[in-house]
Amino acid sequence: MTSEVTQTAVTLADHLPVLQILVPFVAGPLTVLIGSRALAWPIAFAASAIATVIAFLLLMQVIDGSVISYHLGGWAPPLGIEYRVDAANAFVLLLVSGISTVVLAYARASVAAEIPKKQHTLFYTAYLLCLTGMLGVAVTGDAFNVFVFLEISSLATYVLIAQGSYRDKRALTAAFDYLIMGTIGATFFVIGIGLLYMATGTLNMADIAERIADQGSNRTVRTAFAFIIVGVGLKVAIYPLHLWLPNAYTFAPSAVTSFLAATATKVAIYVLLRFIFTVFQPGFAFEINTLVVIIIPFAILAMFAASFIAIFQTDLKRMLAYSSIAQIGYILLGIGLLTETGVTAAVAHLFNHGITKATLFMGVGAYVYRVNGSFYDRLEGMGRQMPWTSAAVVIGGLSLIGIPGTAGFVSKWMLVQAALELGWWPIALLIVASSLLAVVYVWRVIEVLYLKPPAADAVHVTDVPLSMLVPLWVMAFASIYFGFDTNLTLGASSVAANGLLGGSVLAAQ
Amino acid sequence: METGTAILLSMLIPFLAVISNIILRDKPNLRDGTTLAAAVATFLVVLKILANEGNGTSETLVLFQVMPGLDLAFNVEPLGLMFAILASGLWILTHLYGIGYMRENNEEHHARFFACFAFAIASVMGIAFSANMFTLFLFYEALTISTYPLVAHKGTPEAIKGARTYMGILMGTSIGLQLVAIVWTFSLTGTLDFTKGGILEGHIAGPMVAVLLGLYAFGIGKAALMPFHRWLPAAMVAPTPVSALLHAVAVVKAGVFTMLKVGIYIFGIDFLSETGASEWLMWLAAFSIVAASVVALTKDNLKARLAYSTISQLSYITLGMALASSMGALGGGMHIATHALGKITLFMCAGSIYVATHKTEVSQMSGLGRKMPITFIAFLIGALSIIGLPPFAGSWSKWLLIVGAADTTQWVMIGVLMVSSLLNIAYLLPVVAKGFFLGDRSDTSQMQEAGPLVWAPPAVTAAGCVILFFYAGALLEFLAPIVAN
Repeated sequence: MTSEVTQTAVTLADHLPVLQILVPFVAGPLTVLIGSRALAWPIAFAASAIATVIAFLLLMQVIDGSVISYHLGGWAPPLGIEYRVDAANAFVLLLVSGISTVVLAYARASVAAEIPKKQHTLFYTAYLLCLTGMLGVAVTGDAFNVFVFLEISSLATYVLIAQGSYRDKRALTAAFDYLIMGTIGATFFVIGIGLLYMATGTLNMADIAERIADQGSNRTVRTAFAFIIVGVGLKVAIYPLHLWLPNAYTFAPSAVTSFLAATATKVAIYVLLRFIFTVFQPGFAFEINTLVVIIIPFAILAMFAASFIAIFQTDLKRMLAYSSIAQIGYILLGIGLLTETGVTAAVAHLFNHGITKATLFMGVGAYVYRVNGSFYDRLEGMGRQMPWTSAAVVIGGLSLIGIPGTAGFVSKWMLVQAALELGWWPIALLIVASSLLAVVYVWRVIEVLYLKPPAADAVHVTDVPLSMLVPLWVMAFASIYFGFDTNLTLGASSVAANGLLGGSVLAAQ
Repeated sequence: METGTAILLSMLIPFLAVISNIILRDKPNLRDGTTLAAAVATFLVVLKILANEGNGTSETLVLFQVMPGLDLAFNVEPLGLMFAILASGLWILTHLYGIGYMRENNEEHHARFFACFAFAIASVMGIAFSANMFTLFLFYEALTISTYPLVAHKGTPEAIKGARTYMGILMGTSIGLQLVAIVWTFSLTGTLDFTKGGILEGHIAGPMVAVLLGLYAFGIGKAALMPFHRWLPAAMVAPTPVSALLHAVAVVKAGVFTMLKVGIYIFGIDFLSETGASEWLMWLAAFSIVAASVVALTKDNLKARLAYSTISQLSYITLGMALASSMGALGGGMHIATHALGKITLFMCAGSIYVATHKTEVSQMSGLGRKMPITFIAFLIGALSIIGLPPFAGSWSKWLLIVGAADTTQWVMIGVLMVSSLLNIAYLLPVVAKGFFLGDRSDTSQMQEAGPLVWAPPAVTAAGCVILFFYAGALLEFLAPIVAN
């Protein structure tokens, strides 16, 4: 195990891991208590921005491969709750808080257009709680704590999605569907954790890992593994468990979709990674078999089936939702390869796809803002009417395909390389083949935007205000920037992959 | 000026022209004048590189590292320099021609058109000066994307359909096959740098060499090797200046240029020759040569006929690489230049005929030669150069290819090249013959040449075909280092 520093916290800097959670967690109720509509957005934005700075500082501390262990309230683990930051979760923290901040900057105008004014205070409260939950899931080193934070973020998410009902009533059923599915997932997850507790008598993840390693695999541990994978799998939207996702993304308010698509499933994938590699050691045959026999085939199925469905959508938002399911397939595939390159590719794709999807969904929000819909027939000719928005959407689309010079290319390259390193030829070909499906669904949008004349009532549409354009272009620029400068993404991903695989038996092989 | 600066400028100047086109979109004269200045400046910068480096290989300029082992890097070597000179020089002519064509033909969206055009040139410069396969691939895709709006320019259902085919095949092959080949190469050797003698020797053996070569050969869709040639005729819906520069020079030549680069600097001619991995490719190229020529015979639409002729001629270059002999590779390299001059002449003549008479079918062109003598004489010269008759440039590259085939005792290939020349005669010369000798002589209609911006550029390139014939020795000497050990 990595050497741990038991900290006697003196300065503020030592408290960063808990401040990461505390800032948005306190800011959320604060907006309600202050009750001022005018202050809700500034408070939310400030809290999210501070969280981003904290995440960045944390990542800088652990990027050399070290681990920060923070004991909540000074109680030593395994009795007390431990917050444990290494490269893998610091990277996720930065992704989540960074995207949250950019989306919030964008949300002000978008939310004002899509949600009635009287709801704004509560909206930003729910948003901050959702953020708190995701950050908490990532930062904690305690299995039960993961469940608690997962529920905080999920409950807030159901509320946020339901806010879409002011534009389309179907948001309510979408939120309800997700509530049911999400709760089933959470229940499975907590059952799994209960079984683990039964078998090991501890809830600290590092501790569980050690004890599982000591006692080998028994039936309780295996059952726990199954419950946890299925439970988290629902949150991740692993292919056959994805049914909640398209409607939730389609009917949620645009800002919420941008935020969730870029972060929520990514955090769930992080949990999956944590449990697969840190808690359960991928040494025992049961887990390898599960990954190879179940995860990889479903990942590939997702890459093709969801992409194929995406091609036939007529609503840009829904198309992107299906494309997300397909892209999750890539990430799972990287994990399933169980090699350092594979996991690096998965973590890098988690980040790169996050910023790509944020760009695209923010673009969708801009269209909704101007032409009140994201169906293809509403978007005809928008390339000319809304040139800046459309150019950003094209950049996002190219990154989704994985054109060289975009973020999406980098992680896809790593993924193909990982498959070839193992000599898994067909997998490499399948990866590029499904990229070709992405060409088709992205190009359909480009044709709609640029090659069709605008509808009669849309000829005077102009581009969105700067407060939306700037965040949109920050993300579009990031999609290109991380296609060239991969020091941060691949650097952090490979340290994370090392850390994740480091404790496992695989590293010794 | 340092070579490194010049390389960056050669990409930056066309890119600035993209921006100037967007900013000056409502001031046609200023906009087109600025672009012309950019084209001339690019050409001068490339000539400066020639003056600096001659036919040597410059130091590699690394912009930055994208991934460990993968740099965005540029250098100068003879083949790339020749390609850059060709593309930037012809950009000037095509730009002038484009102004005339677009204005006389009342086409729309000029600013977008010239902006994409300049972007495509910037990408071509990137391809020409790439120091490794990764950088090349980046610009290769940029070229595909920047030319897509040009193909779809007219916005008619037909144009959209053509553009879709264009995009589908080029993207499909490059992502589906070429990318796999590149990643495979990288995971075998840990580098993608273009290196004299290749990088693969010792890392791969047996039939897998042929498989990897196949991934590259088909993956480089721009080389239009059958059966991935359909995009070329489909792209002919584009306005003629696009067809002229992009589909006779920039895009297709980027394809065969990449093919030669892969053959010479990734595999290595000697490695290919030892393993015999390229033999199947040679036969496929031979098939493409003959089959495309036969199809060209059946096309009545002049641009479609020229498109199939291009497919056939591109395979000459692929054949040159696949012969795996020094002479073959040199002949292929030289054919890039000679075919570019000849084919751009033919395309610009086709456009000139269209602007003046709105005729597109060969069968309608009887008697036009007497009305438009300059255009038809230029066409004749271009055609003779493509066929490979002296004293026109095309004869030399064909000669070298035949020598290459003889070197490797591939007698059948010599036959293929001869048959192809005959077929070229059969589909190109009738156009000229109809123009001058058929038709109603008493026709007194007012048909005449289009404006000077339309007929002068093909006349210049036709003259180029003759001049290059006499300087072929110099060009050969210039290219020689690419295969020297």
